[in-house]
Amino acid sequence: MTHYSVFSLVRNALRGPQAWSPAWREPEPKSEYEVVIVGAGGHGLATAYYLAKEHGITDVAVVEKGWLGGGNTGRNTTIVRSNYLLEGNAHFYELSLKLWEDLSRDLNYNVMFSQRGVLNLAHSDTQMDAFRRRGNAMRLNGIDAELLDRAAVRAMVPELNFDDARFPIYGGLLQPRGGTARHDAVAWGYARGADSRGVDIIQNCEVTGIRREGGRVTGVETSRGFIGAKKVGLAVAGNSSRLAAMAGLRLPIESHVLQAFVSEALKPTIDTVVTFGAHHFYISQSDKGSLVFGGDLDGYNSYAQRGNLPLVEDVITAGLALFPNLSRVKLLRHWGGVMDMSMDGSPIIGKLPLEGLYLNGGWCYGGFKATPGSGWVFAHTIAHDRPHRLNEAFSLERFASGAVLDEKGAGPVPGHH
Amino acid sequence: MRIPCPWCGERDAGEFVYGGDAGLRRPADDAPMQDWVDYVFYRDNPRGAHREHWQHVQGCRAWIVVERDTLTHAVTGSRPASEVAAETGGAA
Repeated sequence: MTHYSVFSLVRNALRGPQAWSPAWREPEPKSEYEVVIVGAGGHGLATAYYLAKEHGITDVAVVEKGWLGGGNTGRNTTIVRSNYLLEGNAHFYELSLKLWEDLSRDLNYNVMFSQRGVLNLAHSDTQMDAFRRRGNAMRLNGIDAELLDRAAVRAMVPELNFDDARFPIYGGLLQPRGGTARHDAVAWGYARGADSRGVDIIQNCEVTGIRREGGRVTGVETSRGFIGAKKVGLAVAGNSSRLAAMAGLRLPIESHVLQAFVSEALKPTIDTVVTFGAHHFYISQSDKGSLVFGGDLDGYNSYAQRGNLPLVEDVITAGLALFPNLSRVKLLRHWGGVMDMSMDGSPIIGKLPLEGLYLNGGWCYGGFKATPGSGWVFAHTIAHDRPHRLNEAFSLERFASGAVLDEKGAGPVPGHH
Repeated sequence: MRIPCPWCGERDAGEFVYGGDAGLRRPADDAPMQDWVDYVFYRDNPRGAHREHWQHVQGCRAWIVVERDTLTHAVTGSRPASEVAAETGGAA
């Protein structure tokens, strides 16, 4: 593998683009692997990377029905944060944020992680109290949080509507270490890192069945033939129910469509991540200048990877309520991704009730920020056949035992998280 | 997306709110705990034909059972939820 550095950049700039070698191989699948990961998105590739790097397990294949990073990894709004209230969530997302902080160096790949802060706006006294509580919980867990009053929010994001807003801004909760990253680069960086350690990444290889014998997994049927495996990890959020059904299992998940949007490129205007507290809306500005934003789910079960127009209107209305100065900005693109909406709004990372089968899913619409931490604990879970301390709370069994992780307190209605 | 209401005819989906999988059947009060866990949390979540509850909140306010494809969003039919419930004793 070519080490990327300023020297390789200068050398290959002079030699022309053909001087660069491909960042990963395109191998034919072997007949058997120790571990097969289904899904070459950020989570699956990160899992393979940490299996090789942290646990020395390199006899690994990542199989992907399309191209790597072509699902929700390439469709999200790239926000990274760890501002969680509940104990089971807080430490896991903080591990992830710490991995983000060192990720470009660790992967020798620039994931453009930018700690520009994540600012959640409050629009009532009650919401300020709730943010004070959340901020205190975060600080007690060693996570950075700052409660801002109205004047401090105004100084930070002067373009917000402070004049005649239907939901006036009372203040906000800021996580300064939060921010954004380049989503595609995360998939590419992990793919390159895993590949260079011997992991086979097999694209255009759709899993069509999960073979099992005597209560344990023996491999996966794919569009390119059977691939044997001692252990199979599913990292296919959006389609977890379908893959689990191939093993005769049901999950506490519904698939919903979530849309995201990007505007034409503007001069720098929003230098942080802002979320609306009176509706569902979040926005940041990419390094190219485009505003990247999103809002609510469309609100019905869907595998369509495209949404409907009423939600487009809803999201843009919310955005303009916050930033009236954007009313004449042109929309460049909008698209949809399929979300695993779990029944308590938290992910499921752990063993499934079939020996050798593991699940990493249920990410609702918060999976991107978790990518490094998710891969790290999932690799540990697969390598040791038991969860790490940091993902014990994400077990599938929590729904039967009652130990659900309902950050929002919305109850078992997946569209409400 | 347009949804045919059995009472009001074909209307814009924005007039309706979603009520989820219509195939769920509430267990008896003294049913085993696992039946309740399945009912409250677990779903078939199919990719394809799905029978689901919608309420026509900005129309007749009736609950209806809609047959819709979750991959194409094509709606193929609907019936009053009360009629379906009367036939099946609760589930669609």
